[in-house]
Amino acid sequence: MTYEPVIGVEVHAQLQTQTKLFCSCPTSFGLPPNTQVCPVCLGLPGSLPVLNQRAVEMAVRTGLALHCELTLTNQFSRKNYFYPDLPKGYQISQYDLPICGPGWLEISVNGKRKRVRIMRAHLEEDAGKNVHEEGADDSHVDLNRAGTPLLEIVTEPDLYSSDEVDAYLKTLRDLLVYLDVCDGNMEQGSFRCEPNVSIRPKGHEALGTKVELKNINSFRYAKDALEYEISRQTEVLDEGGVVQQETRLWNVNKGQTAVMRSKEGAHDYRYFPDPDLLPVILDSELIEELEHTIPELPSVRLQRFMQDYRLSEYDAAILTDSKGLADYFECCVKLFPHPKTVSNWVTGELIRELNTSDTSPADAPMSPQRLAELLQLVDSGTVSLKAARELFSELYATGMSAEQLVKEKGLVQVSDEGQLGVIVDEVLVAHSAQVEQYHGGKEAVLGFLVGQVMKASKGKANPGKVNELLKRSLAP
Amino acid sequence: MALFKLTLQELQDKFTSGEITAGEIARAYLLRISQVEPKIKAYISLTPREELLAHAQEIDDGLKAWRKTEPLMAMPLGIKDNICTKGMRTTCGSRMLEHFVPPYDATVMTKFNAQKPLILGKTNLDEFAMGSSTEHSAFGPSRNPWNQQHIPGGSSGGSAAAVAADQCVAALGSDTGGSIRQPAACCGVVGFKPTYGRVSRYGLVAFASSLDQIGPITKTVTDAAIMFNALVGYDPLDSTSAKRDFPDYTKSAKKKDIKKLVVGVPQEYFTEGLDPEVAEKIQDAIQVLEGMGGKIQEVTLPSTERAIATYYLIATAEASSNLARYDGVKYGFRAKESKELAEMYHSSRSQGFGPEVKRRIMLGTYALSAGYYDAYYAKAQAVRTMIQRDFDAVFQEVDLLVSPVMPSPAFRLGERLEDPLQMYLSDIYTIPASLAGLPAISLPCGLSAKGLPIGLQLMGRPFEENIVLRAAYAYEQATNWRSKRPTIRS
Amino acid sequence: MASISNNEVEHVAQLARLDLTEPEKTLFGEQLNQILTFVEQLQEVSTEGIPLTASVAEQKSVLREDLPHDGLSQEQALRNAPEANEGFFVVPKIIGK
Repeated sequence: MTYEPVIGVEVHAQLQTQTKLFCSCPTSFGLPPNTQVCPVCLGLPGSLPVLNQRAVEMAVRTGLALHCELTLTNQFSRKNYFYPDLPKGYQISQYDLPICGPGWLEISVNGKRKRVRIMRAHLEEDAGKNVHEEGADDSHVDLNRAGTPLLEIVTEPDLYSSDEVDAYLKTLRDLLVYLDVCDGNMEQGSFRCEPNVSIRPKGHEALGTKVELKNINSFRYAKDALEYEISRQTEVLDEGGVVQQETRLWNVNKGQTAVMRSKEGAHDYRYFPDPDLLPVILDSELIEELEHTIPELPSVRLQRFMQDYRLSEYDAAILTDSKGLADYFECCVKLFPHPKTVSNWVTGELIRELNTSDTSPADAPMSPQRLAELLQLVDSGTVSLKAARELFSELYATGMSAEQLVKEKGLVQVSDEGQLGVIVDEVLVAHSAQVEQYHGGKEAVLGFLVGQVMKASKGKANPGKVNELLKRSLAP
Repeated sequence: MALFKLTLQELQDKFTSGEITAGEIARAYLLRISQVEPKIKAYISLTPREELLAHAQEIDDGLKAWRKTEPLMAMPLGIKDNICTKGMRTTCGSRMLEHFVPPYDATVMTKFNAQKPLILGKTNLDEFAMGSSTEHSAFGPSRNPWNQQHIPGGSSGGSAAAVAADQCVAALGSDTGGSIRQPAACCGVVGFKPTYGRVSRYGLVAFASSLDQIGPITKTVTDAAIMFNALVGYDPLDSTSAKRDFPDYTKSAKKKDIKKLVVGVPQEYFTEGLDPEVAEKIQDAIQVLEGMGGKIQEVTLPSTERAIATYYLIATAEASSNLARYDGVKYGFRAKESKELAEMYHSSRSQGFGPEVKRRIMLGTYALSAGYYDAYYAKAQAVRTMIQRDFDAVFQEVDLLVSPVMPSPAFRLGERLEDPLQMYLSDIYTIPASLAGLPAISLPCGLSAKGLPIGLQLMGRPFEENIVLRAAYAYEQATNWRSKRPTIRS
Repeated sequence: MASISNNEVEHVAQLARLDLTEPEKTLFGEQLNQILTFVEQLQEVSTEGIPLTASVAEQKSVLREDLPHDGLSQEQALRNAPEANEGFFVVPKIIGK
């Protein structure tokens, strides 16, 4: 039988606040264990949570960008379970009144556009970390991460292939990065995804039994794990078996998923409103204010790049893939208003250098102003296209002014007619045979003559100008 | 008169005037505690003698230099042992926290310490404030100074007993369902529970977060006002603390009449189950209130009978979650020789908690668990709204409510230990004000035939502590109950 | 009438991470039944349309500025720990989740 997978995705995005969700501890990472902690995030007896305003604002901005209905009176609840990385024995999360209700995100898969419905997005605190060394009799607990703000974004089961999931994840990641609410780093765990997948006979309405997938920390793994899981479930059904409702872990090394928790092992979380935290009221003034802080979103920007700058969808997509690159491009176009040329350089030379040095556009040593300056020099004929390309790496790495470097290297192109005229005359005298051939109708000889002038000028002559001068001199 | 017999106000006067020094106060109380504590067992921990004397010395030395006093400077205080004191162990009356030394101060302690009081020690309580007798303390019960065969009440029984036995001049307690008012009534002292949100809960070890409030236990109403002045105020560390202005409450304890105040008598508080002896004393008190110009009006609070059931569902549900953090990982008791995590959790919690705490955790867990939430916890939340509405309606007509604090005088040690429900039922008169978050005071209004104190409760509108204190002060001044002190026989 | 079975007592104890001895199970079972029977009276109250009260605190939206403050040192954080090593809290090994 042919089956169709139905997939929903939960994403946990770590919000880029200065402090934790309910206390004033910094959210910095990579520090010695248990040094970014206080009575609140350690869960000491008597300590109380106080909500971070910035986290609320980030959640609202994300909700607005996802076209969510905002829950004007939202509430934090306690999710009760025991685990060493959960210092209070409960996680403060949102349950029946999440800050963001239903919304949608548009994605594009193989050129086709599609809306993915968002079910909800809610704020919650992250847990600490359990460190377990293979073979050891005990585990170590570091609570530095405990209390870091997360926004959990949940879709409806609207995705029907691993490609769609991939597109959704990338679009959502770009959106969050655009909004400056999350750094989107999947490997480091600041953008975590947990897809759930079921399959059903093609054409059927009813959903199959869903399986949740965990331990997915790259876009690649998401795709691989889903494809594995879809074929696993297909096999189970084809052999007359039943898919179990369970949580499965993706094992990268084996390239397989394995059971982590069955439905029977599911928790009874005993959610109830946290009496230490009062309802959060979102007033219309705040929402309006935050609406103004939302930057142009990637999909809108892509359309605008195609229209305003007359770029191909391909180029526009590359440019708007990250906010930083799109900003870089626009900044450069303002100073050098030839969008196609700028686009060629940004999507070619610049991206190459960024990738090689693993740098974000905002941190590139070569500023958009410097790039515009270089393009200006090419345009005015001060430097040859060839020389500009050759110099790019050095200009990028040093951030130097192109004009200065070109001068230092003596690469300024000679376009002065007087200077060039002398060389042209010398070349014509030296190659009288070719001059005759030219006059005899063999116009291709012109290329040879240009080459000779270039050679004589040690490559500094402006080829266009040389061409022009030769033609004029050879004219009958 | 011996120093330890003075009220907070009197002691303050003598200290401020320079008649006595902090050193003399410290020594007088150290001596008193050494004589009385073996019989009363009010404290779990005492500040070491040398430390206390050094602190007193520091105050006296400082005074010579700048000659400026604060209301609580050099005042010898007891602190209920569920309020975090930096560097001083805070046990909550539990094995679980027997060796727990907080690395931070509760907000009330930060406020107190700024005034340089003498903190004498941490007082006994029912484990995690769950109980009405201190019999649920892992460190053994405290005794009622009036009769050591009887309970001092609870859960702030150690604080009430310490004040009644002159082992401190005033103390802090916490009240979730009556835990300040009921022991104050048992021990013949004043216990004051402010409006929910008036005093920061930051650093008060949580029992039931939506009900817990810190308040003073003192010898007089004026003393309660002095203590309350030092506690009150918004705290950015407690989201539930109220952003409101507050007056100088000692000014409320000045007028000796209650003219123009309407005092409601809720009929549901005077039904069967109320000891006739207690009923009589309360009726006497109502007459006194009338005699001082109060207009007495009978009122009805129909949801009162549902209060205990409502309270025990809400309080235990919150407690089951609040006490989940005691898992043997970061602090507190850990059972020895656990080979794996689940075993460690179970053993540590089973050995670290006493039976009453376990019982309440079980009840609360059940009330929140899948399939029962709506029938129990959510239902109780709705009834809580009804109870609050009852009060709202009545307070349209009256300024104050008068009632007993508990159905009978302090019962005997051990009398109700085997029957938790009976123990819960005795909280009937204190629980409604807790559920509605109202300010309420308990003050002595007589002695039973057996010589045990009986308490009077006055409840007021939210944030109208000044009216509650005014009426309590007027009543106190019109009667002579405050002069009755227990004799502690050697 | 409310009644909590032996199995439920065990289930609730498991949820709360408590080990009960057999006599405790029996005693708690009886006492919980007694208390549950008592609280059953709330079912008689009609609460239709009555909002739920989770807190009587009057204010809403209590928010804090996103400004970092110093917390505790590692030494302070670990001082009360039953077991600590190299800056970590130490717990017995975790079998399953």
